[in-house]
Amino acid sequence: MAERSLRGKVAVVGIGETTYYKHSQSPDPEFILALKAILAASEDAGIDPREIDSFASYSNDRNDPSRISAALGCKELRLSNMQWGGGGGGGAAAVGNAAAAIATGQAEIAVVYRALAQGQFQRFGQAQAGSTVAGDAALINPYGIFAPAQRFALKIMRYMHDHGIKQEALRALAMASYHHAQSNPRAVMYGRPLTEEAYDASRWISEPYHLFDCCQENDGAAALILVSAERAKDFKNKPAYVLAVAQGSDHRNAARSFNAPEFASSSFGPVAPHLWEMAKLGPKDVDVLQSYENFTGGVLMSLTEHGFVKPEECNEFLRLENLLAPTGKLPLNTSGGNLAECYMHGLELQIEAVRQLRGTATSQVPGAKVAGVIAGPMVTPVSTMVLGSEETL
Amino acid sequence: MTYLPKGLPAPVTESDKLDAPYWAGTREGKLRVQRCAACNTWQWGPEWLCHNCRSWDMRWVEVEGRGKIWTWTRCWHPVHSALKGHGPYIAVLVELPHAGNIRMLGNLLGDTEQPVQIGAPVEAVFEPHDDAATPYTLVQWKLAR
Repeated sequence: MAERSLRGKVAVVGIGETTYYKHSQSPDPEFILALKAILAASEDAGIDPREIDSFASYSNDRNDPSRISAALGCKELRLSNMQWGGGGGGGAAAVGNAAAAIATGQAEIAVVYRALAQGQFQRFGQAQAGSTVAGDAALINPYGIFAPAQRFALKIMRYMHDHGIKQEALRALAMASYHHAQSNPRAVMYGRPLTEEAYDASRWISEPYHLFDCCQENDGAAALILVSAERAKDFKNKPAYVLAVAQGSDHRNAARSFNAPEFASSSFGPVAPHLWEMAKLGPKDVDVLQSYENFTGGVLMSLTEHGFVKPEECNEFLRLENLLAPTGKLPLNTSGGNLAECYMHGLELQIEAVRQLRGTATSQVPGAKVAGVIAGPMVTPVSTMVLGSEETL
Repeated sequence: MTYLPKGLPAPVTESDKLDAPYWAGTREGKLRVQRCAACNTWQWGPEWLCHNCRSWDMRWVEVEGRGKIWTWTRCWHPVHSALKGHGPYIAVLVELPHAGNIRMLGNLLGDTEQPVQIGAPVEAVFEPHDDAATPYTLVQWKLAR
């Protein structure tokens, strides 16, 4: 039987973003943001947007492919794909789903997109007012646990206890994102550096998360254009090839009332090995990594579960100098990420990985050939991806 | 007197009645969870069948309200309008070693700024909300003596 793999079959040839705003500050409604990002990605790729025939998104994005296709005057619609569940955990999976459709002849030119206008719609960090709750929520919300920061604090608190991990390890992850944002004029936190003292003095959100361990809430949109590897060479930009994608979560991850056997995890336990197997690479081969920060604790567990660092080595390894472009051992979140560039639900991380492979990042890792992108951790399903330059094929 | 202020969402039984025995039990001061009649696997939260052997014969069994703190967080930021100005509160995920190490979420009663130890023994306290539109009782936890 032929090997079943996506490795090298599809490439990202276009990237586009809107201006990134603090939450509720977009002058445009969400649908306009989505259209603007897709048009920007089309222009970057050098394609007529009417050629886009396929759409993939995640986290129940409100902007329906059929409406987008009609609005743009696309010639035909071939794929309308939504990754089910997992919120920001679906970012890499959406790329994988679109890539799988392209590789199997179900799609030709696909756009992966995400748009958020939290002023027009509900904010992530605030619970909706409601008088009753049922099911899993009934076992959780009446105790004051609503927001992701609180739910995911429970995970990292146990993980830090089990492995003796100190607050300074989380702090280094926050500092890395803020550091890189200072070179990135697109970043919402550009011009607002973070010091260790400011981190330590910042208020608690939900222990062990300080304010700066938590992602922003933002408005904006982002999009990537994907085509087959055969076609990718005809485009003006250096293609970023999909070397591997994996999605999923561990055994009974969604067991109610926080009863997942591996509750204290990022959910990547069985997922990351699938990634490395398809990529034919390992963590040591990754030149630059984007790892979704909903909360710093999720990044830490994503790194350990992908094999970038052992749990017992986190205190030693997770120091700012190791995490910075251009010379750190593991340059991390080089655009500023969800913490300091924009919480574009992680799609800004995919775009940054493409920029690193093109050599056009604001905190460039010289000669980067392999770029990892880990989508939102600690949910189910999660997803993760490796992109590579032509040399890696 | 309840641990958290009024105005948080009230739990109600699911429309398919899956968890009805749990909520009926807490009203009577009884902590009931699922146990498979076929293979004796403990299961929490509730599901229609046993995750271990796929038996549909899930029984509701009363268990002693004691356990150990498995993880915790102290929440400071008010994420719900009812919590604005309230100050910090502690949520604990309690493991029940005598019931297959199932876990239950609750609040840790007492000083909201007390130090919290993973592994500390706790016991259940039933917290009735009699004035709710549909009265209910939450299971809370306090440090065991």
